Amino acid sequence: MAGSNKISNTPPRWLLAELTYACPLQCPYCANPVDYAKYQTELSTEDWKRVLTQARKMGAVQLGFSGGEPLTRKDLPELVKHARDLGYYSNLITSGYGLTEEKIIQLKEAGLDHIQVSIQASTQELNDHIAGTTSFQHKKEVAHLVKKHGYPMVLCVVIHRENIHQMAQILEMAEELGADYLELANTQYYGWAHANRDLLLPTKEQFEQAEQIAQAYKEKVAGKMKIYYVVPDFYEDRPKACMNGWGTTFLTIAPDGVALPCHSARELPGLDCPNIKDYSIEEIWNESKAFNLFRGLEWMKEPCRSCDEKEKDFGGCRCQAYLLTGDMYNADPVCSKSPDHAVIQQAIDSAAKNALAADEKPLIFRNSKNSRLLS
Amino acid sequence: MTVNPDKPIKFSSLHRLQWEEAQQKYIILYPEGMVELNQSSAEILKLCDGSRNLAQIVSELELKFATSGLTNDISAFLEVALKNGWIQQN
Repeated sequence: MAGSNKISNTPPRWLLAELTYACPLQCPYCANPVDYAKYQTELSTEDWKRVLTQARKMGAVQLGFSGGEPLTRKDLPELVKHARDLGYYSNLITSGYGLTEEKIIQLKEAGLDHIQVSIQASTQELNDHIAGTTSFQHKKEVAHLVKKHGYPMVLCVVIHRENIHQMAQILEMAEELGADYLELANTQYYGWAHANRDLLLPTKEQFEQAEQIAQAYKEKVAGKMKIYYVVPDFYEDRPKACMNGWGTTFLTIAPDGVALPCHSARELPGLDCPNIKDYSIEEIWNESKAFNLFRGLEWMKEPCRSCDEKEKDFGGCRCQAYLLTGDMYNADPVCSKSPDHAVIQQAIDSAAKNALAADEKPLIFRNSKNSRLLS
Repeated sequence: MTVNPDKPIKFSSLHRLQWEEAQQKYIILYPEGMVELNQSSAEILKLCDGSRNLAQIVSELELKFATSGLTNDISAFLEVALKNGWIQQN
């Protein structure tokens, strides 16, 4: 394989196992690639077990079972059991759709540590609209059952223009459902969210108001419910330290076995991401071109190269640089030092204009038909 | 919220304390996160099994490491642990 074996590599700590792209929901900000429909093959149970074993041996310890909807995989309990035997801390990242009490007990017995349930809004009407599926009541029942069976529960709500006005009600709902953690994830604009950005991106005033409400609530529920607030980077003037640095901590395996330094990296051109069917996790992590491309600081162009903050944010997000400037080696344009920073304001203006337009365009929901249209 | 010296201290059922061979240290695992522990923190938490109170943990560790005067350090760490939700008292 191309690239050099750098002995200074830190081992992966976090393994995201995207078991499938299949999902009964159609959220228009889905983090899966917009062209997911063309990836039809899924890894076998044995392939997944080998991946888990190899990554664990290197030092991975946090494991996310994700998707799509991971519950659509019939072998999930078997994989959970294998993960527990290896000593992983297993997180199930689910829409809750299709999760029964029987399954919750079965997964607990297999050794699942935590369940993260997503809810799209605080009202049935909006939740079911955004999810593209009638699911609100079921999700609330699932949340109760998760707590009943002694799991720690994270409730995850993706925040965008359609639900940001419900911030106070979302916080109350999370407390009422007994969530141990509430993740308020402001939409990150990749994949489907990038395609729907004009309809999802709130104004700065909306962001600030919602954040104030969330911060005040944080104090109210201190010691009872932790609130994780994922910042909306379009309204920051420095980029996020994406993935804690490329190839330092995170390893994603896509449903077809492609190994990615982050779950969006499939969008980047010419990355030649290796497949676990062809290489071991150790070869992929240490030697592949894809995992070495943005490792360290050598790849940087100006203004990152001479920037005194480069070790803090690693130049931001490569996918965002590519999506918004066309060059994945550029500084993340969220940074006010980026020569392309104006594209952020243009995106904000475009979304605001669309919000006021009489003929606001419709959301593109995440489903196979739209995926084929967009690819 | 402070540690009650009379009540037994138990490691949280919503967290997991685990030895990591690759890192050669104990870590605390919880939903989507982890904390690496130094040796003394790990020794304290290993004794938080719901059967010992603060004084019992202190005397056990003083005996184990043949030393004395650990009360302040252990008590300060347990306050941090309680605040982070790593330990519980009924």
